[in-house]
Amino acid sequence: MNPRRLTLILVPYLWLLALFLVPFLIVLKISLSDTAIAIPPYIPKLDLSTGWHGITAFFADLDFENFVFLAEDDLYWKSYLSSLRIASISTLLTLLVGYPIAYGIAQAPEEWRPTLLMLVILPFWTSFLIRVYSWIGIISNEGLLNQALISSGLIAEPIQIMNTTQAVYLGIVYTYLPFMILPIYSALDKMDVSLTEAAIDLGCSRRQAFWLVILPLSRPGVIAGCFLVFIPALGEFVIPSLLGGSDTLMIGKVLWEEFFSNRDWPVASAVAVILLGILVLPIMLFQRNQERQQETDR
Amino acid sequence: MAQPQPQNVFAPWADPAEKPLIRFEGVTKRFGDFVAVDDLNLDIYEREFFALLGPSGCGKTTLMRMLAGFENPSEGNIWIGGQNMKGIPPNRRPVNMMFQSYALFPHLTVWDNIAFGLRREGMDKDRMRVRVDEMLRLSRLEKFAGRKPHQISGGQRQRVALARSLAKAPKLLLLDEPLGALDKKLRQDTQFELMDIQEKTGTTFVIVTHDQEEAMTVASRVAVMDHGKLVQVATPAHIYEAPETVYVADFIGDVNIIEGTVIPAQGNRVDITYAEGKPPIRAATDKTLVPGQRVSFAVRPEKILVSREMATERTNAVKGRIEDIAYLGNISTYHVRLDSGHLVSAQMTNRNRLERREFTWEDEVWLSWTETAGIVLTE
Repeated sequence: MNPRRLTLILVPYLWLLALFLVPFLIVLKISLSDTAIAIPPYIPKLDLSTGWHGITAFFADLDFENFVFLAEDDLYWKSYLSSLRIASISTLLTLLVGYPIAYGIAQAPEEWRPTLLMLVILPFWTSFLIRVYSWIGIISNEGLLNQALISSGLIAEPIQIMNTTQAVYLGIVYTYLPFMILPIYSALDKMDVSLTEAAIDLGCSRRQAFWLVILPLSRPGVIAGCFLVFIPALGEFVIPSLLGGSDTLMIGKVLWEEFFSNRDWPVASAVAVILLGILVLPIMLFQRNQERQQETDR
Repeated sequence: MAQPQPQNVFAPWADPAEKPLIRFEGVTKRFGDFVAVDDLNLDIYEREFFALLGPSGCGKTTLMRMLAGFENPSEGNIWIGGQNMKGIPPNRRPVNMMFQSYALFPHLTVWDNIAFGLRREGMDKDRMRVRVDEMLRLSRLEKFAGRKPHQISGGQRQRVALARSLAKAPKLLLLDEPLGALDKKLRQDTQFELMDIQEKTGTTFVIVTHDQEEAMTVASRVAVMDHGKLVQVATPAHIYEAPETVYVADFIGDVNIIEGTVIPAQGNRVDITYAEGKPPIRAATDKTLVPGQRVSFAVRPEKILVSREMATERTNAVKGRIEDIAYLGNISTYHVRLDSGHLVSAQMTNRNRLERREFTWEDEVWLSWTETAGIVLTE
């Protein structure tokens, strides 16, 4: 292999090594340590000045205590399960909202499509935090939605939406919608229009043509969109802590509290390592989906 | 070779008692201000292999899409098998279409692609299996039944598309540029295959093409279209030998067009003056022409003889100089500049080997043709 090519390949690997693998190994190391009142707040610390002896002593002090603790305290596995449930349901809801929008854009006249796509991406121009905060202004008991419903006489008492799991669903669906729409749109957009016509020509109604041809062919886009929503939603911290209140149990929130409220870095790191372990499976499935799609596209 | 008896000739269009399978009745199609099809009347008969031929944008594809039901006429009626197609959606027409892009369903195997239409019909499993296998055999795809469309070659995909559109045994099959994506050699083989399948199944085929050679090869009749109108509808031989307009003559095959004015002569003959001080071209015609009328004389290159000496047995003979020779192996086309300045092409079979060729560049030659070699056109 010539050196130029080697350099080219090396760059992304060095990037991953420095910014993913090394930090992960540090987190893994912290998760095997014990908490301590110190800076940083854990022991043991690697002391290279004592040579080989220091290294062996360091490794001897690492243990799986934190993982045992996580398994024994039901708060943690309940949080994991709750996160999985919330992430799955919100992914499904995002799909139900996102697919019709993506389909609508793909069916729109060609000159409208860039504008419509722009509108989908436009919210990214505002800070994510501000957008989540503004939802509080809409759905809180004194918020715009309740005010409008009360003044129109539809309800007498404000509906409690803030600080419920529903508010978290709303927040996740709203925030991650573009990640669902874009891959589905791209799958629908490159589809040959004559495929629908061929299906109709062979005896399908429009609806049958959709279920038998368009939906199966947009499956790679659907799968990609679902993973792009599910993976970040699983570890989501901002939305449940701002909109979900204290009742919503999500692992991202637990992680944050361990780190900043308890200053228990080792347990927090163990929580993060397990979260990554849970995500490995969907990420691998996502990879396989992408690869298979590339094969059929060829 | 024995000449076929007249009663065996397939020419339902010539029989006034015959009922057409398809009838276009004053059909107009507008897209906004653009008139794609303009007040068109046309009958197509059962078992015909009918070609719609024309440049892109002439309305041929729109005409086909109206038959399939994907477009509705702005005015007029389309009848298929005696039934008015107004308001009948594509999935309820006795018509199937083979798409230019083939539109094979990429997520289904070859077998399932062919079975797709039969499933929608609710055909029972055993009959369906028999039918699909029959279509696989017809299109020589038995070995590929389990493959997905992206795992087979372009020619095989083309055959799957054909098999799929024929599986439901439609009264009418529409083919939109069916061979456009194939290379030349494969296209020629496939043309004969198409004709063979059309004959075996007895289906009426309507084919849209911009390739005049393809239309000539496969079709029983050809309709030449231009700007949403039919310019001429006739058998390939008739279109070639007796085009009605300069447009048709020019569109089908190569032709020399020489413009001139008419001097009537005896019998069904005219003299056409095309250049000062040159003897006029004498041509046979049925048309009644007035003296001094502007006409175009059209003559095909292969009808013109190239010779060293003046060929006295032919009525028309002109002198010129060879400007260019296009050698095509079996034939050569000579571009000859006449003394009058006209450039005329003439085609000769290469009976001798190349090194013993009779003529070469800059040679003075005589071009000659008979009275009936060309035709006189007024449009």
